[in-house]
Amino acid sequence: MKAVPRRLDVAIEVDELRKEFRRRDGKRRGAQRKRVALDSVSFTMEKGETVAILGQNGSGKSTLVRLLSTLLLPDGGTARILGHDVLTDGRAVRRLVNRVSVEASFFKKMSAAENLGYAARYYGMTSKETRDKIPAILERVGFPSDRRDEPMENLSRGMQQKVALARALLTSPVVLLLDEPTTGLDPRSKLEVQEFIREIRETHDSTILLCTHDLAEAETLADRVGILDRGRLLALELVDDLKCRYRAETLEEAFFAATGREFEAEGDDDDDREVFA
Amino acid sequence: MIGGAAATLRDELIGLGGVVERNVYLTRRYIWWDVAFMVWTIANTLTIVFIAKGIEATGGSIDVNRTTTQLLIGAVVWAYLGILFEFMTETVAWERWEGTIEYTFMAPLSRAMHLAGQGVFAISYGLLRAVFLFTVCALFFDLSMPDANFLAAFLVLAVASISFIGIGVMTSVLPLISPEKGTQLGFVAQGTLLVVSGVYYPVEVLPQWMQWIAKFSPATYALEGAREAILDGAPLSAMWDEIWPLLVIGAISIPLGLWVFHRGELYAKRHGKLKRSG
Repeated sequence: MKAVPRRLDVAIEVDELRKEFRRRDGKRRGAQRKRVALDSVSFTMEKGETVAILGQNGSGKSTLVRLLSTLLLPDGGTARILGHDVLTDGRAVRRLVNRVSVEASFFKKMSAAENLGYAARYYGMTSKETRDKIPAILERVGFPSDRRDEPMENLSRGMQQKVALARALLTSPVVLLLDEPTTGLDPRSKLEVQEFIREIRETHDSTILLCTHDLAEAETLADRVGILDRGRLLALELVDDLKCRYRAETLEEAFFAATGREFEAEGDDDDDREVFA
Repeated sequence: MIGGAAATLRDELIGLGGVVERNVYLTRRYIWWDVAFMVWTIANTLTIVFIAKGIEATGGSIDVNRTTTQLLIGAVVWAYLGILFEFMTETVAWERWEGTIEYTFMAPLSRAMHLAGQGVFAISYGLLRAVFLFTVCALFFDLSMPDANFLAAFLVLAVASISFIGIGVMTSVLPLISPEKGTQLGFVAQGTLLVVSGVYYPVEVLPQWMQWIAKFSPATYALEGAREAILDGAPLSAMWDEIWPLLVIGAISIPLGLWVFHRGELYAKRHGKLKRSG
């Protein structure tokens, strides 16, 4: 399928994107309750840009990432990656996108090298191509070479998350979706992962969408910061513009002013989705 | 244009190889569990095959060698089908449990090739296991099969596997729809197939309506073909009556299976069921 004509510098175009989840209502037989996870969200991202989306639990961050990576079907609106519609041209989108989520998600008995090896085949990479590339990329993310063949279950969360970053980068994605990549990591691992994201930003021309709870992470890593609250994108601007708009000294104050709520430190955005899934 | 299509096909075949590669890694990592499961399968098969000796011991008049071989073929096909269905259902269930399913489903590999890779490994592993199981039990009972055409029996089972995979693809989507109970429904399909297909008895002993259903079961033809080849030494050329229904059922069940899986995948993506709960 052909991509629609687009502005050459636009990587992600989201227009009035909407998603709702339903679940059975225990009180009334046959009845369903619905909850809007994403409510007419619109934004664009330029090629090579890094945008951070801040939001509380259940604000819709993970839903947005899943819609952009074709893992959920939208109920309304459109989303395009380099002009390819996520709903009607999913296969082309899947070639362009990769994702790192809060859970590393691997076959735990298999080693890092094995997990990366088979995953790379799904993107058409032969074993000859990955023979040198996998050790190189693992080394780049700071993964010790002597642990390459150890089962993933023996590795710390921080180590597993580094392998998850390596898996995403191995396929050279044009768009990288980072869904709370540092949540739950110890401070050292967190800094290492953030440093690596910074390196990707500087050395690759990837477009990065970073969903995070970490205000400092958003401020230091992103070109623009968005505030997502109860499925609605309240703002998406440069950090200084955001502070200025809400007459705030800090990003936390701006968040509070925008949403009318305090900012929670960490949590899983999926918790709420599961209830309604 | 041709170059693009060839490149896509190349990528798809590499992806198919990736699915097989992943299953090889997993089998290697869980090899002792597989050995334990093999011991259970052998014990289970022996339990069934001993029935022939039991009938003779209680005064029944039967050809023990022939009946034992008939039961053994039934038990081996049952075990083979069990492995195929297990691997196909694991496509979703295991990946969902590990959390890797979202990464697999967001890769550019087509679902047909993804499932084909799973099928290729399931058939290869299942056939290897079936040959081992048959050999061990045949030696245990010291069975005499002077006319057996093992190659023809093997080929009939291989042809039947196409249909089995088609049905397995349909059941493999069930864990997406019901993560808790979907896997068990795969066993329902396996059991239903075998009860009508003459696994340990001739189809003719079934009620008329069950015999009618048996005509649509690939296991009926697989069992008939394997028994003709092993007991009577029938060559593959004499088994066209079994081969053509298997080809027809395969030609229908594979696209039907892919369609059912596609519908299930759409349902899961609409309702957010890909991610594991708990």
